[in-house]
Amino acid sequence: MISLNRPVHLTNNIPPTPMNKYLLLLALCVSSSFADTLYITLEKDNALAVVDGLNGQLIKTVPLGQRPRGLALSKDETLLYVAASDDDTIQILDLKTLKVVGDLPAGEDPETFRIHPNGRWLYVSNEDDNIVTVVDLEKKSVITEIAVGVEPEGIAISSDGLWVVNTSETTNMVHWIDPMQQRITDNTLVDPRPRAAEFSVDNQSLFVTSEIAGTLSRINVSSKQVEEQLSFHIPGVDKELIQPVGVLAHPNKTLLFVALGPANRVAVVDIQKMEVIKYLLVGQRVWNLAFSPDLTRLYTTNGVSNDISVIDLGSLKVTKSLRVGHYPWGITVKND
Amino acid sequence: MRKKISLPGFFLLLSWLLMSSQVQANSSIVNIAFLAEKVPAQAALSNLDPVLIDEGVQGALLGIKDNNTTGQFTGHQYNLKSIEVLVGDDVVAAFESLVEAGYQYLIVDVQPATLQQLLIIAREKKVLLFNASAAQGEFRNADCGTNLFHIIPSYEMRADALAQFMLKKRWNKWFLVKGNTPDDLSFAKAIKRSAKRFGMKIVEEKSWSFQHDTRRTAQAEIPVFTQGKEYDVLIVADVKGLFGDYLAMNTWLPRPIAGTQGLVPRAWHRTHERWGAVQMQNRFYKQAGRWMSDVDYASWLAVRTVGEAVTRAKSIDSMAIKKFILSDRFSLAGFKGTKLTFRTWNQQLRQPVLLATPRSIVSVLPHKEFLHPLTYLDTLGYDKPESTCSFNQ
Repeated sequence: MISLNRPVHLTNNIPPTPMNKYLLLLALCVSSSFADTLYITLEKDNALAVVDGLNGQLIKTVPLGQRPRGLALSKDETLLYVAASDDDTIQILDLKTLKVVGDLPAGEDPETFRIHPNGRWLYVSNEDDNIVTVVDLEKKSVITEIAVGVEPEGIAISSDGLWVVNTSETTNMVHWIDPMQQRITDNTLVDPRPRAAEFSVDNQSLFVTSEIAGTLSRINVSSKQVEEQLSFHIPGVDKELIQPVGVLAHPNKTLLFVALGPANRVAVVDIQKMEVIKYLLVGQRVWNLAFSPDLTRLYTTNGVSNDISVIDLGSLKVTKSLRVGHYPWGITVKND
Repeated sequence: MRKKISLPGFFLLLSWLLMSSQVQANSSIVNIAFLAEKVPAQAALSNLDPVLIDEGVQGALLGIKDNNTTGQFTGHQYNLKSIEVLVGDDVVAAFESLVEAGYQYLIVDVQPATLQQLLIIAREKKVLLFNASAAQGEFRNADCGTNLFHIIPSYEMRADALAQFMLKKRWNKWFLVKGNTPDDLSFAKAIKRSAKRFGMKIVEEKSWSFQHDTRRTAQAEIPVFTQGKEYDVLIVADVKGLFGDYLAMNTWLPRPIAGTQGLVPRAWHRTHERWGAVQMQNRFYKQAGRWMSDVDYASWLAVRTVGEAVTRAKSIDSMAIKKFILSDRFSLAGFKGTKLTFRTWNQQLRQPVLLATPRSIVSVLPHKEFLHPLTYLDTLGYDKPESTCSFNQ
């Protein structure tokens, strides 16, 4: 990455400040902007917002089940799965018609879920029952239920498919599930109220946010030990308000984006140094994050201000905020 | 005749010995006790809300369940023993027998006079006492105990929460009506302290000393009783709820009621749903068949305090646990949107206070506009410079 930096630096005559280095790294990943469609769950509208990401426009709103939260596209991008928490189900939508075409048994109060790279296994956390339910997407049946800690929350799956991790908010642990055995093989104690987890692009590290402690932990995937921790400090913002939630790793393997909840900011983190490069002011109670498929934009869902923020990844600046409905929660993006 | 042990047999024995020590190291047992002192029920209130016979215990039980879910991964097993001491029975003796039996963590829901005695025993026997109900400021000041931890917010924390809210509303002129039980006087004292602290003015103060059931006569008596100076809000100090509920709609002037009735500052409330509290409410309701009370919440927090410290300090020794929970490394998640920690100067758990009416949360205090050099949570209750607790350094 460092060697890539040099030719660009020479041609553009930009002073080699640290920030420029990051911007150049980001710029190298960017060719030109492509159209994309964002799907956003609206927790208090019981609906799905469909947004044109390139132009930043709300296209339409589609009714869903009660309290929709987590959502994901099927591997072939023809179906959209949405957890309707208060209906105790995951709804299946046909992406062309946006009509509900079925549902999945998902246990009680499904919240966040992820689909295994094999495209067939879906892992969902059931907050009230302290279990992770594994669903077979082809058979639409439950494969197994895995007992985890109190109030399971975040789910992350490594891109090589070797690990599924689940965070439990009250037990304060990361549970390592081996998908071949569908059982927990290891546990890592982390800071209070762990929320989201994200594997690094190379699957060597796992990043976990702790909402109450206000920290980000980097865990070594082979040793399962916390290697490094980062606390966030924003001048003029009470430390109690800095509550890291959603976390997203940039494919350039250098940067990580962390949503800081009621601090209304997204932190841009250098993965190797575990240092914050920049805080970006977004909407209120920023929750979940997603990249545009061409990696030119980062989108954030902001629950309290009822909007999404669009961040230009080339300049690391917030360029737009767009009202989408009440309590936007989850977000997923489709390449058009 | 000497028996010769064969070599393979010896190794088998050795490995068995090693294995058994391994098992012991992995399954540490943490015993927690819950001790409740029963008080006579108030006759005047007997046909209102049902008297809770399992208050506190249910919270502690849920905490034990939560700890054990974690314990299955850490090798700790938590057990709860609950003792209810009936009116007239010896609470101190019951406490002593628990200490004798080896209990190092004791959650207590007892009367102030009892707590005075228990904290001395806790100090001598090196056991940790978690106060789940006594809100009197004295226990956070001169009467503090070296092994006594306060989970329930003090009257001063609650009164400060109320005063901060009133300051924001600019309801600066207060009419204080107080009952005459010791608790009423403690709460009234806290109210006066908060009024001074936040620049509120108590324009009038009256004592309610009627002995009868107020329900049938409120309409006639309260308008007369509440006549006097102009005020913004009526603050009532009636901890048992003997008359405070009848003030609303009966005052001479149309004014809101706050304090022990009306808008009430409290640790927990059934309508609290932010910061994941819904999960807690659901889990508790499923277990207990009723809503969680302040004492249940405090008892849950006490058990979770022990669980969190045992997990992280990797010890079950009471003094190691005490050291850990007073350190910077300890923090507890309590569904209040911020981490909860202990004040080292009086061992009170820092926590936001909910301002609730019977069916809604009006606000959660402190608001972030109330600034403090350490944490905004320390704008509630006795701060370090004010504390007269003996171990405040």
